[in-house]
Formats: sequence, structure tokens, C-alpha cells
Amino acid sequence: MEKEQDKILQDFTSSEYKFGFISDIEYEHFPKGLNEDIIRLLSEKKNEPEWLLEFRLKAFERWKNMKMPKWAHLEIPEINYQDLIYYAAPKQKAKYASLDEIDPEIKATFDKLGIPIGEQKRLSGVAMDAVLDSVSVKTTFQETLAEKGIIFCSFSEAVKEHPDLVKKYLGSVVPYGDNYFAALNSAVFSDGSFCYIPKGVRCPMELSTYFRINAANSGQFERTLIVADEDSYVSYMEGCTAPMRDEKQLHAAVVEIVALKNAEVKYSTVQNWYPGDKEGKGGIYNFVTKRGICKGDNSKISWTQVETGSAITWKYPSTILKGDNSVSEFYSVAVTNHFQQADTGTKMIHLGKNTSSTIVSKGISAGRSNNSYRGLVKIAKNAVNSRNFSQCDSLLLGDKCGAHTFPYIEVENESSIVEHEATTSKISEDQIFYCNQRGISTEDAVGLIVNGYAREVLNKLPMEFAVEAQKLLQISLEGSVG
Amino acid sequence: MDIETSYKKYIRLFEEISSKLKNEDSEFVFNTRMAAFKKFKDAGLPDHNHENYKYAGIAEILSEDYEFSLESRQALVDLNQFFECEVKDLDTHVILLSNGEYYQNNKPIEGINENVIICSLKEAKFKHKEIFEKYYNKTVSESNDSYAALNAMFANDGLFIYIPDNTKVNKTIQLVNLTHGFGNKNVFKRNLVVVGKNAELSLIICDHTLNNSKNFTIDITESYIEENGYLQYHTLQNEPNKSSVINNLFIQLERYARINSFVLSLHGGIIRNNLYAKLSGENSEANLYGVNLTDRKQRIDNFTIIDHISPNSTSNELYKGILDEEAKGSFAGRIIVRPGAQKTNAYQTNKNICLTPEAKMRTKPQLEIYADDVKCSHGATVGQLDEDALFYLRQRGIDYKEARLLLMFAFVNDILLKMEIEPLRNRVASLINARLRGEFSDCSHCLLNCHTRE
Repeated sequence: MEKEQDKILQDFTSSEYKFGFISDIEYEHFPKGLNEDIIRLLSEKKNEPEWLLEFRLKAFERWKNMKMPKWAHLEIPEINYQDLIYYAAPKQKAKYASLDEIDPEIKATFDKLGIPIGEQKRLSGVAMDAVLDSVSVKTTFQETLAEKGIIFCSFSEAVKEHPDLVKKYLGSVVPYGDNYFAALNSAVFSDGSFCYIPKGVRCPMELSTYFRINAANSGQFERTLIVADEDSYVSYMEGCTAPMRDEKQLHAAVVEIVALKNAEVKYSTVQNWYPGDKEGKGGIYNFVTKRGICKGDNSKISWTQVETGSAITWKYPSTILKGDNSVSEFYSVAVTNHFQQADTGTKMIHLGKNTSSTIVSKGISAGRSNNSYRGLVKIAKNAVNSRNFSQCDSLLLGDKCGAHTFPYIEVENESSIVEHEATTSKISEDQIFYCNQRGISTEDAVGLIVNGYAREVLNKLPMEFAVEAQKLLQISLEGSVG
Repeated sequence: MDIETSYKKYIRLFEEISSKLKNEDSEFVFNTRMAAFKKFKDAGLPDHNHENYKYAGIAEILSEDYEFSLESRQALVDLNQFFECEVKDLDTHVILLSNGEYYQNNKPIEGINENVIICSLKEAKFKHKEIFEKYYNKTVSESNDSYAALNAMFANDGLFIYIPDNTKVNKTIQLVNLTHGFGNKNVFKRNLVVVGKNAELSLIICDHTLNNSKNFTIDITESYIEENGYLQYHTLQNEPNKSSVINNLFIQLERYARINSFVLSLHGGIIRNNLYAKLSGENSEANLYGVNLTDRKQRIDNFTIIDHISPNSTSNELYKGILDEEAKGSFAGRIIVRPGAQKTNAYQTNKNICLTPEAKMRTKPQLEIYADDVKCSHGATVGQLDEDALFYLRQRGIDYKEARLLLMFAFVNDILLKMEIEPLRNRVASLINARLRGEFSDCSHCLLNCHTRE
């Protein structure tokens, strides 16, 4: 049975990446390299106001004096930042007035990915901003949302149409010099999504951004800014894929979320960048800074992430719980395979009174991959009566992979309670045997157990994403999940 | 002094005394010193900027200037007369160290098994050359810790214990470190404990300081437990507020070897305990326990690494701490399971109680696992005394203060119950009780009254 089980694991761990096609789209490139001129050119290209250019230049100045962080449990090969293209955009007309004007090749790309870029797919009920390489291609349902006063558009558009809002909140959660990759992003970010929910509005549909890297040798640096004003609610989803290429590609994004009094933001990610092939060749470096702030009292931010892609992931969606009684949740499933490396987790920084946070992290490692959970729970002195519960489980599928847990817990007052639990195990022979006894084949049993293991997190995803996430797990589990 | 000055000072000091050391040392020991010196020079002195020493209060320790000298500082009075640490009903072989040196007038040890070697490290490096060189500095040299390297550079004396194969030592061996004399001293102590095949030993190490100076002690105890050997190891730290200690315990376990280690930090200024347990043999077992009671402005930092190298090994780690007033505590525990160390069971728990709004606790339990057929878990909590339990006790007529004491004692008693030697367990329990009541836990029979002059 041992052998059979090994074979099933083998099948599972050797399944292919399904989104690896390359679209033939005409591109407009910047020359390779990074310097002040490139940043000025980029800013000019996008007709940006002076303050934004200054923001970029300050960030670039800071970045030049920073060193790449080495503390993560990752082996990151030297990255030559001068060998990257910092702007690649599909050649296009000024702006698409209707769907028909979009380059059919681009449309085909998103159709292939199953992204409802056409508004005719109203049934899917998701407002979508599609970002291809450096620019936002199309945002759907804008009019419907505008009726309620909701702003949902590409970042460049927001800079033009709503400069006050952008200026007020950009860099307020992730300052331009926050860390190495955030500084790089602040200097060269090209586009992204902007979302503003006005006071008292409950966003009637899921908002979503789909990121796609297509051009070769380019880095993708997008920026997302979500502001939920008092008493509002929004559920936001993000998905990403990239073609299979032999060289590594860099993706360094920044996400900022601001939740004001009584607001709730639900942020979900299905990250499926190209993970590289079986020999660890190619793949995306995913170095992302995501942070939210529960600025007002009784606000809530929840993060849900399914991480299956990327050659290297360096990502810690965090929440600063500043308002009293604010709540944050973090649910994560991270799957690594072949030579993938992931160092991911969360930070919960409790500043307000009676704040509470929950962390549930499930890691699955297979092949020769390394999967680490790294998290911080900090209860500041004034965060009285705060509460945290963390659970980090790791599942090992194979004897050459690694699963690691690095939680940091810092408590600075006596009325708060922090609990942390972690386990690491493999699928036990007893569990398989139990299923076999009941007529379930080993293949199905492995799938059943892995699905059950991740269920707690998958259940937290919005419906549309839950389906996709389940599918993703199935792709990874091909040969073992029915 | 700042960290840079201290770093330079240690380099200068070593260069000054190295020729003298060379004359006194065996070639082997001198070579280990030089290797450690090189490591120290390359690595520098880690402070709060170093991940592993983030919360250890190094800057505070090194802000003082400490004096170090190779000259013998033996006590002028007979320590045997003064010191009498009698644990009721527990008959121990007592060995004294004075400022890190093996006390010249140690009473001869009577009635101990034949072939057991107990002597000073200075003596062992020549007299028991073969055993000494087989073990000395083996685990320490594998570590990257700069403070351990510092000890390897300067340490010149300490205790050497060798328990031959198939020997069970009848009595507990008690090592008492006395720090005394004037001036702020830098003390380096080094113990080497070897437990042979099928041998058993119980060892208790007590630290006492007899003066009011600020002392900075860097200790290393290396223990090697051979096949099926068993070591019961206890450290009792009961130091004054001004003292700073970096205590290192290195453990290496061979096949079927076992250790029960208790690190009991009852009182101290700044305490840092490093523990490295290497489970290099199959079926080896390490049970590692720790208690820390911290108040005022004291700092405690427990840093442990448990390294599972061979299959079927087991480790249990349980550390509990109570933090009162403005105490700062931290715990870092790392479990490493190496490739191929299948069927490892590793469990780690760290529980802490903060009693005041000023107390701080940081905990960092970590798992690093490279084998799939393992069961590993860790858990950490920071919380308070249970309100319901307090209420229950008060309902039954127990006053608030007493009820709190009872609950605190119960909290750490979990660990005391793991102690196999009953008289020792009772003695430690009473020390802890006294400590929780805010009394200095003087060892009742001892004339030194270490803690009466604060």
C-alpha cells in the first residue's frame, strides 16, 4: 500500500500548470533598467500630478539605500533590478468606450482564463477590474456601482478622477519606505485597482481584480487601495495567473485597506502565479506587502488567501487594529510543490481596546518545496482585554519537503489573552486505512483528507472564489481527488 | 560601554592573555580557544539587532564595564564552613566553585562509585586527557553563538564529571557556584559532564552571589549522554537583581539516551538561558522543563533549540513563566527535524501569566521540519489567572491574596511534579512558595544569606 500511496502522491505532485499560455499582444515597452528618468517617464506617460511623481521619487531615493531583506526562510537568487522592464502595456487606444473595442486577443486571454470581462455575463454578479501586465484593461459594472456612489476603477483613473481621495489614503497604511519591496513598488507601480465605498453603503456585489502577467522580462508592480467609509461593507477578491516562461519574473505589489468606523472589508485572494516547472525553472517571485488598518471603532478586516502559485512567495497580509472593538481574521491555505518556496503568514497588531483577531493557517508541502508560516501577534500596552487565537497546521506530502512555523507573540499588558497552536503531520496510515476499510480508494481518501484539512479556510471564501479555489486544489491534487 | 567597545575589549583582552594561556593550556585546549576566537572575531557580539538576542537585554548588560582576570581569586575564608546548602533529606555530594574556579578546599567526595571522576576542568585536561579531548567543546564548536565562543576563549576552569559505563551514581551531585569579592566581574565557567553507557547521574547546579557588585557570568555546561545513559539535570538560578547571566546548556544524546532537564529561574537581574539539545541517536529522549518567576525590572529570556537528527527520537518541552511588576520575559523555542529523522515526536509548550499591566511577554515557538512522518506540535499562551478559579477559592473562604498564590503555585507545580527526586522537589516547591510570597528564598540552613543584602 505504501507504494501505491507514493504513486498517488507522485501523481498529485506532478500535475501541470493550466494557465501557462502566452498571448500574442502588441506591447509598448520601456527600456530595461531602473533610474530616475524611467520613473519620470512613467509618471509622464500616465499624466500624473506632481505630488504623485514626488511620492515615487521619494520612494526611489529610499529604496536605493535599502537592502533586500534576508530574514525569510527562503533562498532568493540575486535579482538584477536593472535587467527588468518596469512598464509594459498592450498598445491600445486612449480608452475603451465599449467592450467591442478591446483587442480581441486580450479579450480572448481573459476568456481563456474564465474571467467574465464581458458585462453580458451578468449572472456571475461580480464587478471586475482586469489588469494585464502594467495596466488596467477593463473595469466592468462601473455604472451600476456609481449609482450607489461606489468608486471602483483602475488606479490611474482614480488618480485623475478622484485625486483627493487617492492623495489622502495612498501610503497611509504602507508608507513609501515601509520595506524594500514596498519602496520599490511605490517608486514604479504602474496601475492597480482603487475602490471607495461611501458612508453607509453595502456594496451589492463582489468586487474583483484579475491580474495577469503576459509580457516577458517585465516586472509587475500594481497597487490596490480600498477605502471603506463609515458603516460600509465590501467584499473584494483578487486572482492572478502568468504564462510559463523559463526566466523568473518579479511581482511586487502593495495592497492598502482602510476601514473606518463600523466598516467591514473582506479581502480574498486566489494566488496562482506560474510556480515554475518540475525542475524549479522559471516562475514568479511574489513579494507582496498587504496591510489593512481598522481605523475606526468596531471595524473589521478579514483576509482569506489560497496560495498555490509562485516560485517564491514572500507575503504577510497584516492588520493594524487601531479602533476599539475592531476585529480581524486571517484564513490561509498555502500549497507548495516541486521547488516552490513560501514564507507567508500574517501580522495582527492590536492597539485599540477589546480588539480581537483569529488566525487559521494551513500549509501543505509536497515535492522538494519549503513552506513556512511566519506571523506576529502583538498586543500593545493600551490594547486592554484583547484576544487572539492562532492555529497553524502543516501537512507534509513527501519526505523531501519542509514545513516550518515561526510565530512571534508579544504581549504587553495583563488583561489580554493570546493562544497559539501548531501541528505538523502527514496523512497517517490509520486515516487511509479507515477510509479503505469503508470502500474508499486510497486515491479518493488522500483527496478527501486534504480537502477536509483545507475546508475551514475554503469555506471562508466568497462563493465564486470557493469554486475556483476548490478547482485549483483539485488541479494540484490531480490523480488523487475525484 | 557600547557593543562595539565591548567587542574590541574582548579581542584586546584575549590577545593580551593568549600567550599566558598557551603556557598553561594543553595544545588541544589552546587550539579550541583560537578557533573560538576566530569565530568570535568574525561574528561579532550580537545585540538586540540580532534575531536570536532581540530581547536578551544585551545592551543593558554591556553598559557596565566588567573586570576579567586570569589570576586566581580564591576565597580567603573557608567556604565549606559558610556554605551548607542542605536540602532536607537530600544527601548530596557538594562541590564548590568560587568565581568560576574549582574551590581548592573542596571536601573530598566519599562513598561514591569507583571509577567515577569528579575533578576540576583544569586538572582534567591533563590528567584525563583522552576522555577530555574526546568530548570537550564538541557541541559548542558546532554552534554559531558568539557568547558561547566567548566562553570557549576565556573559560579556564569548572567542573568535570565522568560517569563510566554501567554506573549508577548513588547520590545527587550538587555543584554550587559562588560569586564573591569586590568589583564588577566577568566570570566564565565551564562544566563538562559525560554519562557513559547505561550510566545514570543526577546533577543539580546552584548559582549564588555573595556580593553586591554587578557581575556578568557566561556559563557553559556541556553534557554528553552515551547509549542508554540517563541524566537528571537541574539548574537553580537564584541571583541578585544586579547580576547578569548568559547560561548555555549543550546536550548530546546517543541511542536510547535520556535527559530530564529543569531550568529553574527563581530570581535574577538579567537572565538568558540558551539550551541546545541534539538528539543524535535513535530513540533518544529529551524532556526539557523550565520555570521562571520574574518581577521588578528583571528580565528572563529562554532560548532553546531542539535538533532531531535520528529517527524515532522524542522531545517534550514545557516552559512556564509568571511575570509580575515590570518584568520582561521572552521565550524562543525551535524544533528542528532533520531530513531522515522519521517518526520523530516533538512537543513544545510555553505558558505565561502576566500579573500587571507593565509586565511584558514575548514568545516565539518555532517548527522547522524536513521529514514527513513526524508528529510535532507547539503551543504558546499568554494570559492571566483564571477568574473563575479565583472566585471558586474565595467562595470557600480563602482570601484574595492567598487564592492568587495558590493558583500561581499550581501553575508551576505541573513542572515540579516531573522531578523524580522527592526531597529536591519539596525543597524547590518551598523555595518557589517563598518566592511567590515575595520573600527572598534563602536556603534555610545556609549561613551565607545570599539575598539579605539587596
